[in-house]
Amino acid sequence: MAEFAVILFHSTSHAVYAERVLRRAGLAVKMIPTPRHLSSDCGSAVRIAASDQAASLEALGAAGVVFDRVERLG
Amino acid sequence: MIYLDNAATSWPKPDCVPEAMLHFLREVGASPGRSGHRLALEAERVRLDAREAVAALFGAPDPMRVVFTLNATTALNIVARGLLSPGAHVLTTGIEHNAVLRPLRALEQCGVVVDMVPSARDGTVEVAAVEDNVGPRTQLLVVNHASNVCGTVLPIRAIGEVARRHGVAFAVDAAQTGGCWPIDVEADHVDLLVFSGHKGLLGPTGTGGLVLGRGFHAERLPALVHGGTGSRSEDEHQPDFLPDKYEAGTPNIVGLAGLLAAVRYVSARGVEAIRAEEQALTQRLIDGLMGIPGVRVVGTGKAQLQTAVVSFTLDGHSVSQVALALDEQFGVLCRPGLHCAPRAHQTLGTAPQGTLRLSPGPFTTTDEIDRAVEAVRQLAGRRTDG
Ligand SMILES: Cc1ncc(COP(=O)(O)O)c(C=O)c1O
Repeated sequence: MAEFAVILFHSTSHAVYAERVLRRAGLAVKMIPTPRHLSSDCGSAVRIAASDQAASLEALGAAGVVFDRVERLG
Repeated sequence: MIYLDNAATSWPKPDCVPEAMLHFLREVGASPGRSGHRLALEAERVRLDAREAVAALFGAPDPMRVVFTLNATTALNIVARGLLSPGAHVLTTGIEHNAVLRPLRALEQCGVVVDMVPSARDGTVEVAAVEDNVGPRTQLLVVNHASNVCGTVLPIRAIGEVARRHGVAFAVDAAQTGGCWPIDVEADHVDLLVFSGHKGLLGPTGTGGLVLGRGFHAERLPALVHGGTGSRSEDEHQPDFLPDKYEAGTPNIVGLAGLLAAVRYVSARGVEAIRAEEQALTQRLIDGLMGIPGVRVVGTGKAQLQTAVVSFTLDGHSVSQVALALDEQFGVLCRPGLHCAPRAHQTLGTAPQGTLRLSPGPFTTTDEIDRAVEAVRQLAGRRTDG
């Protein structure tokens, strides 16, 4: 099974902005409901391939997108 | 019918605006920020598109610093009530709308000191006079970018430089200029840009907002309305991050879908192009009116110094009677009176009776201007007070 990472946010405005920024950077993203065991902050999270984590965080940083944290999904 | 009341609310809207709103209501419908299902996410994407479109139009680098409110008035209340505490000094001008003055007058009751930079009789303001009135306690400088009574445009970049030099927060009421006059929040040194969605931006009523300049720290500005944002639901305190901090309550997302289409339309047509067309119409209107005996046009009389808002009085006639006759006999729709700006009328020497205001928009034609002028000419030669 492929390894995924999940980026968590405080707000869907940030989550959807992250989705937009990552797509523009050519990365594959999927919006998913935040897994219950990870956070209750915001209902939506962005799932990326674990191998894209460094590139994703760089793209988010460059655009100034605020996120809460990143978790691995096994 | 000739609609010359675009300074109140623009009309008609480009077709894409009602179409986008209908599409949203039929196909999306959900509230953004709340649930995580596909329609809620789609609604959030529409809102993000709208933030990006507005940010690009005003030269703001970060769409998360675009906050939507129900109108410019709400945004101005956020600014004034958030930044001013008892003992603070606020500086404004003599051509402000009540959307600025009433919040300031209410704060005055709580010990805020309100000062007005003197404006000339044509609505212009000297930058040096602004600087002369800034003091050690000045917290906020809030100015109307363009008068909704006479259209006179203030030099916000130069005024912004004064504010920056003195470390004073600079707020601009761009209700009359958004979409029809170039604005660049960074180059113009604007900390807080207040816009109205339903005037020059060509969106529906119930839209407006606030753009926070890059250098402005949002910690300085508390939220005015507290409530549900969909984010941080476990916390009983208002979130402190943008844009949620200032967006409690279900938004007018149908309106924002329309605003998005409208701002895309304005951006594609080009603010400079719209400005050039409106300037030509405005000069034609001013010249036509000034050729009528008994007409007195207020403001600078020079279209290049103003937006497409022309106010005048007609000797021997009451403005409300002329407005009624224009509507009923000629189908010309305009706005008489004080235009929610009694202070501006005092400055312009037209209080308390006010003026007749004709405000063309991006869909007004030269033929309509000529017919409106002809209607005023005919009424000038008659009695309208019967
Ligand atoms: C200069 C100015 N400021 C503020 C406003 C208030 O805008 P809104 O009605 O969108 O709150 C208006 C128009 O009504 C205006 O012309």
